[in-house]
Amino acid sequence: MDPVLLLLLVLLGFMLAGSLIAVETRDLLSSVICVGAVGFGTSLVFLLLGAPDLALTQVVVEILVLVVLVRVVITRRDETRVTSRATLPVGLVLLALGVMAAVVFGMLATAGDEGLKMRPFGDPLLNEQAEAAVMAPAGETAPEGALAQMPKSVGGAFLAHGLTESQGSRGTGAANYVMGILLDYRAYDTLGEATVIFVAVLGAYAILRKVGRSRHAGNESDR
Amino acid sequence: MQGMSPIVKNMTRLVAGFIALFGIYIVLYGHVTPGGGFAGGVILAGGLALVVLAFGEEFARKALTHEAARTADSIGAVLFLLIALLGYAGGVFFTNLLPAGEVGKLFSAGIIAPCNVAIGIKVGAGLFGVFVALAVFRRAGAGGQTGKIEG
Repeated sequence: MDPVLLLLLVLLGFMLAGSLIAVETRDLLSSVICVGAVGFGTSLVFLLLGAPDLALTQVVVEILVLVVLVRVVITRRDETRVTSRATLPVGLVLLALGVMAAVVFGMLATAGDEGLKMRPFGDPLLNEQAEAAVMAPAGETAPEGALAQMPKSVGGAFLAHGLTESQGSRGTGAANYVMGILLDYRAYDTLGEATVIFVAVLGAYAILRKVGRSRHAGNESDR
Repeated sequence: MQGMSPIVKNMTRLVAGFIALFGIYIVLYGHVTPGGGFAGGVILAGGLALVVLAFGEEFARKALTHEAARTADSIGAVLFLLIALLGYAGGVFFTNLLPAGEVGKLFSAGIIAPCNVAIGIKVGAGLFGVFVALAVFRRAGAGGQTGKIEG
């Protein structure tokens, strides 16, 4: 078997164990640490699958979140003991694990010479017309002869056109293709993502603020 | 909480600058190497959180307030939108107007590097603001001494 795939399966088992412990443990601090371990496993998986950008982001976010959560948990440890004692029924857990093992081994058993029965990276998903439309500059149609030379997928088209000027595509000039797609071809998506973060931060301020709260609490008639 | 032990404080003095430098590097070189605005911003926020944790809440209330974080957050967002609106000079929203330059150099890839800087400011300030809100707000509202984490 592919050593990377084997490593991925081991990491998957580690992350599953971490998630189960995080759900089942009674100590809040242990739970938080287990969630952190699962996050670091995720970043390793990203690294093994060839996505260093995602791995880096996952690691730093995981560190920050772990620090914040550990601090909150340690601060509030004495007042809040565990509230929920409901443990999952053992039978249900065993059933879920059995189904999962059946799926994994079924996939491994039916895998041919080319590995798991999944679409390999770079395989065409859209037809060539759509690809040509995707790669044409805004407001223009694709050039006539371009269809034959087009790469076979959108991802391949981005890889072929992303760097330098060619075939009516301007090129981004970014050596990091991921950034070229995130902030040039798909900058709208990034704008939406930035909006999501902005709204999340606003929500955190609104929930955790103390100015309005204390004034409100001081006003007896409002209660 | 009035900060951690002198060992932690001195180590923080030594290390914080390097953390900030690494974050700025990740932001500025986002279009050349893996990383980018989001990851670099989170690194910057992590460095600031380390400073606040090591030097205590008083320091956070004086120097690194959440008002400053809020302002920087808004500045980053407005900067990003301005870069996007600048694209209308070339016809469409988010047009890459600046020259693409030489691949692999710092000054290349048009608007991608300025966008990365804007996102870095935005994400770093936003996450640091949330951290300050989580770490400082409640303790100030709860009336002080709720447990202690001495280093």
